Amino acid sequence: MRSFSYQRATDPDMAVQALGAAAASNNPLTKATAQPLAGGTTLIDLMKLDVMRPAAIVDINPLAHAWSAIEPGGDALRLGALAKMSDVAAHAEIQRSYPVIADSLKLAASAQLRNMATLGGNVMQRTRCNYFRDVSYENCNKRNPGSGCAAMDGVNRMHAVLGTSDQCIATYPGDFAQALIALDATVEITGKAGTRSMPFAQLHKAPGSTPDIETALQPGELISGFSIRGRWPRSVYLKARDRQSYEFALSSAAIALDVQDGTIRDARVALGGVATVPWRAREAEALLREQKFDEALAQRVADAAFADARGRRHNSFKIALGKRVVARALQQAVTMEI
Amino acid sequence: MTAAASEPKANMGQPVPRYDATAKVTGRATYASDMPLDNPAYAFLVTSAIAKGRIDRFDLDDAGRVRGVIDIVTHENAPKLKESKLFSNGGYAGTTIQPLKSAEIAHDGQIIAVVIAESYEAAREAANRIKVSYTAATPSASFDSPGTTTATAKGQNSQFKEDPKVGDFAKAFDAAEVKLTASYDTPTQHHNPMELFTTSCAWMGDNLVIYEGSQFVYGLKNGVAEQLGIDADKVRVVNPYVGGGFGSRGSMTPRTAIIAGIAKRLNRPIKLVPTRDQGFTIATYRAETRHEIKLGASRDGRLVALRHEGAEVSSRPDAYCVGGTKTTTRLYACPNVDSLVSIVRADRNTPGFMRSPPEVPYLFALESALDELAVKLDMDPIELRRINDTTNEPISGKPYTSRSLMACFDEAAKAFGWGQRSPQPKSMSDGDWLIGYGCAATCYPTQMAPSAARVRLQRDGRTRVEIAGHEIGTGAYTVIAQTAAERLGVPLEKVAVFIGDSELPPAPVAGGSNSTASTCSAVMMVCDQIRQRLLKAVMPSDSLADKAKETVGISPAPSTQAAKGDRSLDLEKAFDALGVVVLEEYGEWKPEGAPLDSFRAMHNGQVRLIGGHAMKDQIAYAFGAEFVEVRVNRFTHEIRCPRLVGAFAAGRIMNPRTARSQLMGGLIWGMSSALLEATELDERNARYVNDNLADYLVPVNADVPGVEVIMLSEQDDHINPVGAKGLGELANVGTNAAICNAIYHATGQRIRKLPVRLENIEV
Repeated sequence: MRSFSYQRATDPDMAVQALGAAAASNNPLTKATAQPLAGGTTLIDLMKLDVMRPAAIVDINPLAHAWSAIEPGGDALRLGALAKMSDVAAHAEIQRSYPVIADSLKLAASAQLRNMATLGGNVMQRTRCNYFRDVSYENCNKRNPGSGCAAMDGVNRMHAVLGTSDQCIATYPGDFAQALIALDATVEITGKAGTRSMPFAQLHKAPGSTPDIETALQPGELISGFSIRGRWPRSVYLKARDRQSYEFALSSAAIALDVQDGTIRDARVALGGVATVPWRAREAEALLREQKFDEALAQRVADAAFADARGRRHNSFKIALGKRVVARALQQAVTMEI
Repeated sequence: MTAAASEPKANMGQPVPRYDATAKVTGRATYASDMPLDNPAYAFLVTSAIAKGRIDRFDLDDAGRVRGVIDIVTHENAPKLKESKLFSNGGYAGTTIQPLKSAEIAHDGQIIAVVIAESYEAAREAANRIKVSYTAATPSASFDSPGTTTATAKGQNSQFKEDPKVGDFAKAFDAAEVKLTASYDTPTQHHNPMELFTTSCAWMGDNLVIYEGSQFVYGLKNGVAEQLGIDADKVRVVNPYVGGGFGSRGSMTPRTAIIAGIAKRLNRPIKLVPTRDQGFTIATYRAETRHEIKLGASRDGRLVALRHEGAEVSSRPDAYCVGGTKTTTRLYACPNVDSLVSIVRADRNTPGFMRSPPEVPYLFALESALDELAVKLDMDPIELRRINDTTNEPISGKPYTSRSLMACFDEAAKAFGWGQRSPQPKSMSDGDWLIGYGCAATCYPTQMAPSAARVRLQRDGRTRVEIAGHEIGTGAYTVIAQTAAERLGVPLEKVAVFIGDSELPPAPVAGGSNSTASTCSAVMMVCDQIRQRLLKAVMPSDSLADKAKETVGISPAPSTQAAKGDRSLDLEKAFDALGVVVLEEYGEWKPEGAPLDSFRAMHNGQVRLIGGHAMKDQIAYAFGAEFVEVRVNRFTHEIRCPRLVGAFAAGRIMNPRTARSQLMGGLIWGMSSALLEATELDERNARYVNDNLADYLVPVNADVPGVEVIMLSEQDDHINPVGAKGLGELANVGTNAAICNAIYHATGQRIRKLPVRLENIEV
């Protein structure tokens, strides 16, 4: 960890100004000299590892009074970016109308982390790639653009099979983002020019040739909230992992279905633990629409979801695993009592 | 009685609460880096980013500019230290690779610089700002890497003298009615005790005090003195509490003498707190092993031939090996036995003791193979073990001092509900989960070492026990206090125990599960010396001889005597008869068969463990049987272990509460070892990848919902005065095989490589 200045932002303007002032516009956000601090569960961790070296920390926790709404009103849901993971997971109406959200949060991290971590920070959490997190490796295109990728032919059991490039195979580690992308969430962003919105699906950027650019956020911008239209009581989050709790997904699926009289009217399939960004399997889910569910259909959907997957030495198992997780999650969603 | 403090059976002590319970749960227990220092400077380590090669250049400019930096120590300006010999060659060190001696790099994460600063934060920031240029060579990472060298352990490791063998294995195997040949692998593992590998060094004139979590304060004291070239009497090691050891603190690591040397030069106390990931490379680890087992049996299940070949990885300079064939060749009756252990040298740090070093990998192989043989024979695995149970080990025919293996199997099987198991693989399930039951034997050698103690008894019953033992979480304070209270007939709350300080009378390494047997035997003997003086004062001379005989010295069944006790002694009367108010005794105890130089070695911090198979006319082991229920998800292939049941017999159980805690921890550790723990090695560069507790997985509470510990009553009058067998390393041995055996039962798939992960399952 390196010395840094610390400032508390007591209102959004102050936060945006403090973050924007120090940020050189040509920096990718992850290298911006000023970084916002919410729960701190990723930022402080990466600062200790010397992976992130901000000169200024802007503590945005004082904005919680304005930015931590949990508002499931009628036919829409609004979540403030500073709502705590644990509060959202425990909310009765979220559990009833958006079980995929409640479960994705509940199955993430540990109770202590969920009490600290915020929704905005959660979707912004950075990859767990060991080579990214160990600065003694020079070759990490995400940290040092153009330096190569140590994970590509290294120990890559936890790495991605979807959305990879020849520059980076680092997995997006979160769970909640899969629920958001499945439910077509909108992300609200507060910046110098006020607030703007974009589909959550456009927030994260696949690595391509610029793995150092992870999101569409610009320096000086903050996520202030998320919104979702509709209710999704028939939704599940299934997560396969090495231990029963406090562990990242090897493969997960966020499924949301609208089933009427045995026919699937709408279907959402998102994948976690297997992709470089929150992953929506649109072609796969299209196979479900206006269909009656059976095992063969689940299998076709699962196959389609991983049609473009590419495994490396230690992570090829994720393709077969991912398919079984999708098929099982679909089955669970179809049969769940609502 | 709560489950944590089960009702003692015959030959068990009382389940009294831990002596240090309140201190620990209130945070008042002081660990090494909690010790206050006067105006300390802080050290932070820089470790190498390559595993083989040399340092060309340091760029220290940026680091030197960090405010508060006092000094940056590299091989170019490090204090000169004397070489340290390996513990197994009469020295104290766990490795002979001495960092900061030259520009050469011998393994990943070797210490290459130490930053000293006014604050921890400044030292860490400066360390991050140091730039190092290397000339890297291609290292040999492990078994399959080019450039390793392989040789038999015999002849290069002074502690591995012989590959056990008896009869004519080849002939018997050829002729066997049923044969099995199978290979097994175990991974690299790291201890990861909660307490980091810290050290604090403070000089007062020519005297050095070291605060460091150590499992062997006398070893560390003597080892550091040797490296610094000073008299051992000038070095004191203090650690009243140790935050877990598991073997990682049994031998000296290079960090201590380096920090001591820098503190001397700086004339200022220095506190070092390395990071978790540095702990993976600056201390020892359990090296990966490979095994081939050959079993030949008759149709009725009797073993006629057994061969165990093991290979272990070590570093280039040091021939560390665990050689578990000493146990696996002796566990079951078999007339024809052969074995061979090899060491493969790679560009790695030197491995070292990790909880049940020989037994964990070697019994995984043997107990898995026995299960495979049971399948071939279509026989219940418990019955196969019963058929091959023995009272004498097969290599030289020595009798086991006591052996309750089958009693453990029967008790555990009953508690577990083994009878409900349908033997066919894949025949049991519950919803999404395939269910498997598995079992395995566990064992650990009973070991003792010379120990001294000093006991002071006051007229009012207040007692002070001094012994340089170690509280590594096992309950050392508690059982030592219990022993003294029982032996002197004073209330437990009047006993104060002082351990973890090399100024106290010497005790052996807290390793090899010898501590309780050794330290309590010494304490018992010294308490008896005090009793004898008191008895002399009050007993009529004619009955004295009988009385003394009964309570003093190394008597055959002391534990039962202790239970009976002679509480009739009126302390005040006896003290008044003597005309004193305080009695103090010092004594040195050694196990039967210990060589003549044992006490001198004890004072010099050298370990002389006696026991296991190496006893003269007998062989002493603790035994147990472990049963597990494994569940394998049909869809995700996730493997979970909802139930662990172990039954254990380990001679006298000094305290059923602390014993249960150790055995329970062992079962959990064993499950972890089977399903979670592995240090991933990047074969390209011989570097550890998952060197942190987020990626080096250990179980969380949700992984261990059901753990049941059963302690059998067992009396063994042949091992040591207290009659206790070590049990700290007993429970984590059999679990690996039990889990793989259960996975076979659940899925029909035999897995011979640890840890087992979901991608290894094909349902």
